[in-house]
Amino acid sequence: MIDRTVLKERFVKWVLVAFALSSLLFLFLIFIFILAEGLPLFLKVGLNKIIFGMKWAPTKGHFGIFPMIISSFLVTIGALVIGAPLGLSCAIYLSEYAGKRTRMLLKPAIELLAGIPSVVFGFLGVIYIVPLVRNYLGGSGFSLISTCLVLGVMILPTIISISFDALVSVPRTYREGSAAMGATKWQTIYKVIIPSAKSGILASFILGMGRAIGETMAVIMIAGNALKIPTSILDPLRTLTGNIALELAYATGDHRLGLFSTGVVLMVIIMILNYIANFGIKRKIAK
Amino acid sequence: MRINPRFINRFVRMGLNVQAYFTVGILIIIVAIIFFKGFPHVNFAFIFSFPEDMGREGGIFPSIVGTIQLALLSILLATPLGLGTAVFLTEYTKESLFTKFIRFGVESLAGIPSILYGLFGFIFFVIKLKMGWSLLAGVLTMTIMILPTIIRTSEEAIRAVPRQLRIVSYSLSASKWETIKKVVIPAAIPGILTGIMLSIGRAVGETAAIIFTMGSSLRLPLSLMDSGRTMAVHFYILAREGISMEKAYGTAVVLVLSILLINILAYYIMNKAIARYS
Repeated sequence: MIDRTVLKERFVKWVLVAFALSSLLFLFLIFIFILAEGLPLFLKVGLNKIIFGMKWAPTKGHFGIFPMIISSFLVTIGALVIGAPLGLSCAIYLSEYAGKRTRMLLKPAIELLAGIPSVVFGFLGVIYIVPLVRNYLGGSGFSLISTCLVLGVMILPTIISISFDALVSVPRTYREGSAAMGATKWQTIYKVIIPSAKSGILASFILGMGRAIGETMAVIMIAGNALKIPTSILDPLRTLTGNIALELAYATGDHRLGLFSTGVVLMVIIMILNYIANFGIKRKIAK
Repeated sequence: MRINPRFINRFVRMGLNVQAYFTVGILIIIVAIIFFKGFPHVNFAFIFSFPEDMGREGGIFPSIVGTIQLALLSILLATPLGLGTAVFLTEYTKESLFTKFIRFGVESLAGIPSILYGLFGFIFFVIKLKMGWSLLAGVLTMTIMILPTIIRTSEEAIRAVPRQLRIVSYSLSASKWETIKKVVIPAAIPGILTGIMLSIGRAVGETAAIIFTMGSSLRLPLSLMDSGRTMAVHFYILAREGISMEKAYGTAVVLVLSILLINILAYYIMNKAIARYS
């Protein structure tokens, strides 16, 4: 006869295995259900007509999301142009220059920035950034540039915390070796530390891009949501996420399927970005 | 002409300094604006009364209750699942293909943007499982969203528990599960709590995934099948539809203040936890 404790141990183990598998199950469900709703339209209308189609009029049978794909990339790259230099500088300052007390103060403050809900960013963008752009640069203010400014700030915590981790994990001996050769602190940083932390820093940029391309609420409040490819930084635009959020509440039939097709495209882009980021981070650890 | 490297060094240092404080400045400005504009509209009645006329008048009581219901119920579901996963990953297996798969699942879930959770929750819970826009659909969607955070923080906390504690427990003839239950998890509690607090913060601030699963009914959700709106959703609707700027600012204060407090508490607990074993 098997002891009761042994039975209990075995039972616990299998329960824990089931728990651990739940994450995979959820991922699978998300994947399957978005694909199941999103793919039929690709077959019905045609991949080309959706991905490269210029016209989105789902109630009249036009499901082109090309302008939204371009817009999503534009806001993401714009956000990176603003967020990456600022974020990396902050990370360098925190890891190399800041004293222990400054670091203890600044790092949590930046992490708190990550906790502020995106609706609040969107709201402040509408109240402060949009009028600023309208008055000084022209246009309606609901524009590519406003969106990039707000998203650039929103991705800062991601970029700072991940590049900070990469910079801090550069071995002390590298710094000492460089200092011993008479290099100034800045020479050490940009000739030794940044190159050794390169893959981690790149991963932080890519994860920042992932955050920017997936951002929804702030974007629909600021971007203006027009259905064409923006030709200047002052033009309004609609992203993939915005398209879903704006229309999901009332869409039915093929219209709803079209929104899931938009979701499929978004999911594929995010998966590629995450894959690249994880690959980058893994290579860093392997080194 | 060659510029003196020491001059460059000083110049760069100053530049980096400015940028770091600029970033923190943004945080302070955001919080300051919300507080200065919003506090005049927050009072006892605002917090404890029901909204009238779509939120133009009255308070935000139902949305506060909705937020608390959503956050607590999701935590109640996600904590056992996440903690169980973390225990399995740290105590029951060595790194293998199987753990790699699970880690892949967790990482991927963490990377999915909230609007895709919204799409999924909408089609799966609201439509296919016929829950309709309801607290239940919101809670289930939120549970999946916060699961990766709970798993990661719990895993780190459990890994930080010194080996000696486990060895002593085994030497007293405790079984594996007894050791985990009575020694490892209690020792890792602060780290686990940090994950829980961060997850509550996330649930409180989430909008895109919630608005399509829990809906946006202004009534107080009294059962799991009732629709309701959280503070974040209420704030979004007030601001976007231009219903009332004063009420929007007022809601924003309560929303941001609760998230800041929750997150500060989370980091406080984390620092305590780090101090404990280092």
